[in-house]
Amino acid sequence: MNFLSSLLSPQTMASAAFFLVLAVTLLGALIAVAARNIFHNVLGLAMSLMGVAGVFLYLNSPFVALMEILIYVGAICIAICFAIMLSEPLHLPRPPRSFAKVLGALAGAGAVFVFFLVLLKKTTWTPAAERSTDWSIITLGHYLLTKYVLIFELVSLLLLVAMLGAIVNARGGRGSS
Amino acid sequence: MPLFNQLNTYLYLALVLFVIGLYGVLARRNLIAVLISVELMLNAASINFMAFNRFLAPEPAVGQVITLFIMAVAAAEAAIALSIIIAVYRRLKSVNVEQATELRG
Repeated sequence: MNFLSSLLSPQTMASAAFFLVLAVTLLGALIAVAARNIFHNVLGLAMSLMGVAGVFLYLNSPFVALMEILIYVGAICIAICFAIMLSEPLHLPRPPRSFAKVLGALAGAGAVFVFFLVLLKKTTWTPAAERSTDWSIITLGHYLLTKYVLIFELVSLLLLVAMLGAIVNARGGRGSS
Repeated sequence: MPLFNQLNTYLYLALVLFVIGLYGVLARRNLIAVLISVELMLNAASINFMAFNRFLAPEPAVGQVITLFIMAVAAAEAAIALSIIIAVYRRLKSVNVEQATELRG
């Protein structure tokens, strides 16, 4: 009875859900990189991004988690799906993977992994002396329109330019009409 | 202390995600797959920002603002990259990186 109640405590359940989120993130990332069918790659990316949104929930930021799902899963993954449908047909035979290239990529990624692992092990992080406890979306909005308003406006300009550039790029070769 | 309440858990998660994305960028030959791997690396950076924001930063709203900016820039980057991929496909009839070698001397 005691064991059961400890199993059902909020702490244990939160830990179990966290492991689920971790598993979804890493499994999705592996599918996104390793699967041969490009469509499976996109689905793996969407799965991984849902996991990352869960991680953001654990990091106390539900608004950013929501934006992650909206922007990444809802917009970027769908845009990638469109690009897949507009480009190479999936039924064409694909050249086999070259073993040397996979090995080289593994070596390169492994070197970076070991470097950062050592760096992480050697560093001790010290939190700021005085930490505010204000996590609310209201503060977020205040920051966006006061302290960071220039970056905010520049980002909207960037999105506009990117949109126009994408249109110009993608319609090239279709005649001038 | 539970695992989800420690800074290092998130840093290791971001590291693994980054390395998976890096492997994809180096090993894949489909341009769209390379773009997908880059998105994974950007997400690893976002996780790092949010983790430091949660455990160390003096003002916890700032990290969220930065992560939102990362997302906006990633959206712009994806739109441009996809349009370039479609232009390359029109010209070369392929999205394989190894066949885009017109500039080779």
